[in-house]
Amino acid sequence: MTASGTAAGGAKGEGASAPGFLVEARGVVKRFGAFTANDHVDLAIRPGEIHALLGENGAGKSTLVKMLYGSLQPTAGRIFWKGEPVVVTDPAEARRLGIGMVFQHFSLFEALTVTENIALALSNVSDMNALAARIAAVSKDYGLPLEPRATVADLSVGERQRIEIVRCLLQEPKLLIMDEPTAVLTPQEADQLFLTLERLASEGCAVLYISHRLEEVKRLCHASTILRHGKVVARVDPKQETAASLARLMVGADVHAIRPKHARVAGPTRLYVDQLDLPANGPFAVALDQVSLEVRAGEILAIAGVAGNGQSELFDALSGERHADHPGAVVIDDTPCGHLGVGARRELGAAFVPEERLGHGAVPAFRLSENVVLTRDTIFADAARRLLGFLDFGRADQTAERVSQAYDVRKSRPDPEARSLSGGNLQKFVVGRELDRKPRVLVVNQPTWGVDAGAAALIRQALVDLAADGAGVLVISQDLDEIFEIADRIAVISRGCLSPGYDAHVMTLEKVGLLMGGAHGGSEAIEGALKLREADGRAY
Amino acid sequence: MDQSALLAVLLTIVTASTPLLLAALGELVTERAGVLNLGVEGMMVMGAVAGFAVALTTGSPYLGILAAAAAGALLSVPFGFLTLNLVANQVATGLALTLLGLGLSGLIGERFVGQPGVRLSKLHIPGLSDIPFVGPLLFGQDILVYLSIVLAVLVSWVVFRTRLGLILRAVGDNHASAHALGYSVVRVRWMAVLFGGALAGLGGGYLSLAYTPQWIENMTAGRGWIALALVVFSSWLPSRLVIGAYLFGAVTILGFFVQGLGVGVPAQLLSSLPYIVTIAALVVISTRRGRARADTPACLGQPFVPDR
Repeated sequence: MTASGTAAGGAKGEGASAPGFLVEARGVVKRFGAFTANDHVDLAIRPGEIHALLGENGAGKSTLVKMLYGSLQPTAGRIFWKGEPVVVTDPAEARRLGIGMVFQHFSLFEALTVTENIALALSNVSDMNALAARIAAVSKDYGLPLEPRATVADLSVGERQRIEIVRCLLQEPKLLIMDEPTAVLTPQEADQLFLTLERLASEGCAVLYISHRLEEVKRLCHASTILRHGKVVARVDPKQETAASLARLMVGADVHAIRPKHARVAGPTRLYVDQLDLPANGPFAVALDQVSLEVRAGEILAIAGVAGNGQSELFDALSGERHADHPGAVVIDDTPCGHLGVGARRELGAAFVPEERLGHGAVPAFRLSENVVLTRDTIFADAARRLLGFLDFGRADQTAERVSQAYDVRKSRPDPEARSLSGGNLQKFVVGRELDRKPRVLVVNQPTWGVDAGAAALIRQALVDLAADGAGVLVISQDLDEIFEIADRIAVISRGCLSPGYDAHVMTLEKVGLLMGGAHGGSEAIEGALKLREADGRAY
Repeated sequence: MDQSALLAVLLTIVTASTPLLLAALGELVTERAGVLNLGVEGMMVMGAVAGFAVALTTGSPYLGILAAAAAGALLSVPFGFLTLNLVANQVATGLALTLLGLGLSGLIGERFVGQPGVRLSKLHIPGLSDIPFVGPLLFGQDILVYLSIVLAVLVSWVVFRTRLGLILRAVGDNHASAHALGYSVVRVRWMAVLFGGALAGLGGGYLSLAYTPQWIENMTAGRGWIALALVVFSSWLPSRLVIGAYLFGAVTILGFFVQGLGVGVPAQLLSSLPYIVTIAALVVISTRRGRARADTPACLGQPFVPDR
């Protein structure tokens, strides 16, 4: 480890900034009530530098960035811009200084066109046609093609991110802040983004780059600042580090690697989906087209794909939130259940973890114990209780506590409301609640979305262990690293069509990326590789 | 039907449709900003009583028009304060506003009941207004009829062609993003709510100044609710709103007319006809998937609380 500084930071004097820095935050403190999100944070970025900001969930990255962009005001400390102290009162002021930001959750307006979205971020637009022409020119120039008249709702996630970037570029920023930009991109789209960022940096624009993906930080960034619990714990050159050493700095402890299962036993079929069709249920929804898959006992099937290609529709069809047109379309443990609801499918031994944890996976205003009851009242109620309609809250309490212990759910009170937990903590709870049931079939959408490295490893390990115990696990994820880490077989969903499930050993990032883009030309190569493996004798 | 009878029917259709168009235009702007104000009926009836009272006291129907708009906007102030600043539930607050408006207008209007009002005069352009049939229909209406059409064009132009309209739609589509970009969601919504209140008041004032120049308690008789339905019916498009308002006005008046002819249809059925037609139109529009639903302001009715 070559940590060049471990300043926890005390407020230095208020004089002018050291020369050469484009932006400098000095001794910045942000408190929300009793909670200190940023504790005397120092951050300095030079022009033309791609600077990584690293840290776990809740380390204070977003808070710091929001203060630079004027969305939040620091409780104490100063921000310097080109050596001069500035007060960034609001995002408009930040844009005026030359700070652009691409948000993790896009700040786009779905019902508006690309041009309208961009016009909203610019202060002086008189001619929409001229703006449309400029958008087309700039986006083409930087390799981010956009159709100015398209409505955002009709665009893919990658295209939406391009809008955000082009929106910033039109303001000719000196500093571009990017919050987890590659989380939603295919590998090819990410590569294109890196080229764009490198070009921007070569033109003198600084980039503040937030990411959980340490490999890409190593590849792209010139410098890094690492936050832990709201404090700067290190400033390192990421090119001199390994992903493991960066992770250690972020977490403050070693992140253990996933233990592979000893051997894969191809057991009986747990989940079988046969030519499932599902019409789109809204103007922006995706229809499922002849989706077929099979998950056997002891294996993890992962479904990769860019968000919005039918993942949530597939999840709804599997969980029973939407019914299939015939019972045989979804078969759980040899029982056709395409016509059954969620509760009936649970009684067959299946468990479901939806993507949206607050509001879908858990009721925000309910306590954790009450949220436990919601997915397993049938198990808690003995015959007498069921007849009378009483619930066993004692057992629910115990279960909530057991799950919290096992999955390291950090909470302020013994049995808090679901909404008071942070996103990552609630995710651990919701996944843990379902795993605690020891289901024979588990369908989970985005198991580690927004969860930090340590907790993600815990959840992934639990999924692997569950499969090893003889369950069939279906993981829908946009995180390819995760998929390659845990999956036995990988299928790719694109525009509502599901590719066949390929053995994880023969898949590469490139092939998955091609399938994600809907290019099924790649499947020939994959099939060739599959045949090769079969000739070799199967690896398990 | 002879020509003069037909003209009379058409003229009545115009006067029956204008208050609906005015109130619905206001609500359309409010809802485009993402605010659902169910108090249209209350603001209309306040506009009606204020317009009547001021016109009667001053003798000027034009001052009455101003008073009606001001009263509607004034009643929308508590709604705006409760739902935008204190983030109260919009549905409950809107319903309360309707009840408040109905009660308050009854109290204020008590001493005006039965008094003859001041009628808003119809325009008379020498030559043009005297053309048989077409003249009175196109050039002989009162000023509010023309204002309602001009406002419909204006609202359409502002909403879809100007920066102000773009911001309005942005706030209604995604208030968090609008806030992140540095727009004041609350301020935009305040302006939309006040505009909606003023136009609802104007619609109410039209009832007591032009439609039936007198004050009767609850004289809006549910037109505020029709205006609300029309906004949905038009999928938040001003052009379609004009069609909807006139369709509803026409069906209402034709019902009266058929009744007048002594056709053996129960009066109750005829008076429910406009509502049935509106429901049918809503069903047709809602079942047609695609753009109609995409036009719905995505943040409609959702409270907005900015980051600390």
